[in-house]
Amino acid sequence: MAETPAAILRVEDLHKRFGGVVATDGVSLAVARGEVHALIGPNGAGKTTLVHQLSGALRPDRGRVAFDGTDVTAMAFHDRVRIGLARSYQITSIFRKFSVLENMVLPVQARSGSSLSFWRPRAAEAALFDEARRVLAAVGLAGREGVAAGTLAHGEQRQLEVGLALATNPRLLLLDEPMAGMGPEDSERMIGLVAGLKGSISVLLVEHDMDAVFRLADRISVLVSGRVIASGPPAAIRANEEVKRAYLGEEVAA
Amino acid sequence: MRRWTLLAVLALAVAFPLVARPLGWEFYVGFASRIMIYALAASSLNLILGYGGMLSFGHAAFVGAGAYVVGILMAEGVASAWVSWPLAVAAAGALAAAVGAVSLRTRGVYFIMITLAFAQMIYYIAVGMKAYGGEEGLNLPARSSVGFGLDLKDDATFYYVVLGVLIAALYAMHRLARARFGRVIEAIRENETRMEAIGFATHRYKLVCFALGGAVAGLSGALLANQNSYVNPNLLYWTQSGSLMIMVILGGVGALYGGLLGAIALLVLEEVFSVYTIHWQLGVGAILLAIVLYAPQGLAGLLARRRDG
Repeated sequence: MAETPAAILRVEDLHKRFGGVVATDGVSLAVARGEVHALIGPNGAGKTTLVHQLSGALRPDRGRVAFDGTDVTAMAFHDRVRIGLARSYQITSIFRKFSVLENMVLPVQARSGSSLSFWRPRAAEAALFDEARRVLAAVGLAGREGVAAGTLAHGEQRQLEVGLALATNPRLLLLDEPMAGMGPEDSERMIGLVAGLKGSISVLLVEHDMDAVFRLADRISVLVSGRVIASGPPAAIRANEEVKRAYLGEEVAA
Repeated sequence: MRRWTLLAVLALAVAFPLVARPLGWEFYVGFASRIMIYALAASSLNLILGYGGMLSFGHAAFVGAGAYVVGILMAEGVASAWVSWPLAVAAAGALAAAVGAVSLRTRGVYFIMITLAFAQMIYYIAVGMKAYGGEEGLNLPARSSVGFGLDLKDDATFYYVVLGVLIAALYAMHRLARARFGRVIEAIRENETRMEAIGFATHRYKLVCFALGGAVAGLSGALLANQNSYVNPNLLYWTQSGSLMIMVILGGVGALYGGLLGAIALLVLEEVFSVYTIHWQLGVGAILLAIVLYAPQGLAGLLARRRDG
């Protein structure tokens, strides 16, 4: 398989079970290069568990994950990040005691050489800080560099959350509910951010905000009880009877 | 301000043996050396526990390993510090790497228990070394030789060597904390999962940190063997690990001078209280309790607060 595969991510027949609970039940999925692919589904459908398996935080029981033609099923979490597969978290996971700038320096540092350096002050590495500032500006946090991350407003913390993943320079970004808990204004900013990624990198977007999903997604997959029940362009998903029954109907009605 | 305090403390430390002799305080020169050796041991634990966030409860094993390397080499006729001290560092570092490689697969209370178990195993190995005194330990016929016309038998000379080693170690820690590696281990302490998620092989960095701490502990052990002219398994006993941990907590977890302040506090308290009662540990315990409850940043935190306030 020397030729570049059309799909940046290909998931085949993924299974994961926790005791008696089947969290992932034969998921197959493909994310095309450059697209925003939304993954929707009711609470408890197994979306986050799937993201854990794609990112490498969890090992599947069975099945295969291929990233850009490479089988990464057994690859360590941090190694996947190095080859361009990064994720963000639904529950904000930042370095709360560190300054915003220091947060953002870390992912830049991770991809710029070894950190087994014990003597030279990191502060002397201007390139790291320049790049961190650039990403901070891109996610709308310019001017907040010196603030302790834990004291940022909720929306800003979410921007930093996504920014940390973005700063790893991914080719595929797994975004786990980036708009979680956001007000309309913050959501709008996040939608703009994700829309801006379109074309340059591929995105798998897990999101509950249907307005955001239908505005951003090139294709949508619907996960219910650990299975993908439908996958296709937004119009097709909107029209799909099974999806309406399982999920969309209740949301739209609500 | 801070710079002046540091220089004043340094000047006092350098001048101390010079004024101690005419005043007849020779005993305190040895006592000060002991404090500085424990300060080095506690600082090496602080690297693991404070900077790296790993609750290791077996640190005495690495101190003891360093002490035994010096003791055994001395018994075998190798007295040069230039040979035995680096070997003590290497042996303790290698031991820590091995212990860490296994222990770091676990977390939380399991990590505490497994490091404790390893340390006790190593303690029993020391007890079982009949050729080197077994339970009784081993008397060192002399202190290590350093050359350059210096004789460590002289307490003031030994004091200066220990002072030099301690200053070098603290300066190295100061550098390390600001270098890439130090920033990484502190970030791992804050949020290990996220560090993995942004591409760091967190396990590797923790292991390096653990081994480094063990290596420095080995150096403190080498000094301790010289200080006591004696090594025995008690150096490796788990209560020694507990004492080092108390020093770190008293002094300031994750603070550069935490190990130093804690060693001064604990050993001075021990010295003072034991004049009045054999139950000196009760007094130390009460003070430790007060620190944990009211000054969780330890003495280093109290000093910093006073400076800012």
